[in-house]
Amino acid sequence: MEVNIPSDTVSEFAEIIRETSGLDINVCYQCKKCTSGCPVAYAMDYTPAQLMHAIRLGLKDLVLNSATIWLCASCETCATRCPQEVDITKVMDTLRIMAVRAGIKPKVGDVTAFHRTGLNNVRFFGRMYELGLIGMLKLSTGQYTKDMGLGIKMLKKGKLKLLPSFQGSSKTRRIFSKVKEREKA
Amino acid sequence: MKYAYYPGCSLHSTAKEYDRSLRAVCAKVGIELEEVKNWICCGSSWAHPTSKLLSLALPLKNLAEIGKRGVREVVVPCAECFSRFKIAQHEIANGPQLAAEVEGIIEHKFEDGVKVYHPLEIFSNNTGLSKISDLVKKDLSELKVVCYYGCLLTRPPKATEFDICEYPQSMDKILQAVGIPTLDWSYKTDCCGASFALTRTELVLKLSRDVLEAAKSVGADAIAVACPMCHGNLDTRQEEIEKEYQVTYHLPILYFTQLMGLAFDIPVKKLLLKSHLVDTEDILEKVR
Repeated sequence: MEVNIPSDTVSEFAEIIRETSGLDINVCYQCKKCTSGCPVAYAMDYTPAQLMHAIRLGLKDLVLNSATIWLCASCETCATRCPQEVDITKVMDTLRIMAVRAGIKPKVGDVTAFHRTGLNNVRFFGRMYELGLIGMLKLSTGQYTKDMGLGIKMLKKGKLKLLPSFQGSSKTRRIFSKVKEREKA
Repeated sequence: MKYAYYPGCSLHSTAKEYDRSLRAVCAKVGIELEEVKNWICCGSSWAHPTSKLLSLALPLKNLAEIGKRGVREVVVPCAECFSRFKIAQHEIANGPQLAAEVEGIIEHKFEDGVKVYHPLEIFSNNTGLSKISDLVKKDLSELKVVCYYGCLLTRPPKATEFDICEYPQSMDKILQAVGIPTLDWSYKTDCCGASFALTRTELVLKLSRDVLEAAKSVGADAIAVACPMCHGNLDTRQEEIEKEYQVTYHLPILYFTQLMGLAFDIPVKKLLLKSHLVDTEDILEKVR
């Protein structure tokens, strides 16, 4: 369905999101289905529906500084159920990328450290090396003893491999550097 | 039937039992899996909140390598990998500009697509189901199992094209075909907290508690899963959940392929049924 929204009622922030990701938040009519189905809404500072509304109002600082964007579990329930077909999960990804690029320190720090260490791990080894990932995450967050007991149990059950594989690591490094080049351009 | 096989990182480590049991079951059913050489990580839950191009390039590089070998179908058992593969295919099919950009990064031009299957899709079609029932050697009718599909197989349906997104049936059909009565319940596709296990553990404890509680309340004595993250959260965190909420669940979490294997009388050792943190003794006692 073609929706005509007068351009003077569209916020600059909503427009930037539409241009970078193709996602039009202006069609949201606040039915709150996204929030009703969201398993982590209870822990968020703004519900998904409130965040969509804030985007429409152009409240960029509020949105990019929210804990919500880092608490979204990417379970895709909202995107599946939205009657206006707003891919809210993708909006969350877009906002997270914008926040990091704007140098905004996330309210929920460990999550970004996890993304960073996870990706460094993949870039270096080609495949995930869990023990390396856990070690790197501990170094970056300072939580040295968290989950130690569980880690030992998993090692005993043979659920963590001791040595990394380097298969495909030349491929991942090439992909990472090409992506970086393009994103700089 | 021969398929390319992309195990993904988890099936080589934390979900080794999923890999072993899948291979064993496929061998019985007559499905040949050939592991993709030099596969790389799909980007998991880290790439998509960090860089759109990276989140597409990593899975598509794998599909490009598979396609180059002339293989047209790949089996992807990890729900996270399956989701990243399907979403990447959906994105480039609907965004020619994006597709061109990714093609530049992975140095490959996409022509005929490679079809991505989850093993649940392969076993649950009509030929799969009748083959499965013919192979049953053990009576598992005393087991009461709920099937937990989680988020990533079913959503978003426009990309994953998997089963019925709000109330999937494929795993139930497979387990019923091997003689396991599966129970109806309301948490088939709820979220377990997924990749927050290491970072926001309190969220995982709450969400996974809800799933365990729902399973227990319908009288299940085990939960069948098809995703290494669901398994990790429900199995390895179960003791912590019980402590946190002062409850006792003792619900073994099994990959659906392990249950199929039990019905086919594949040795317990081969199915790695002892590698879970919640022990599976009670389940094994009910196998006749």
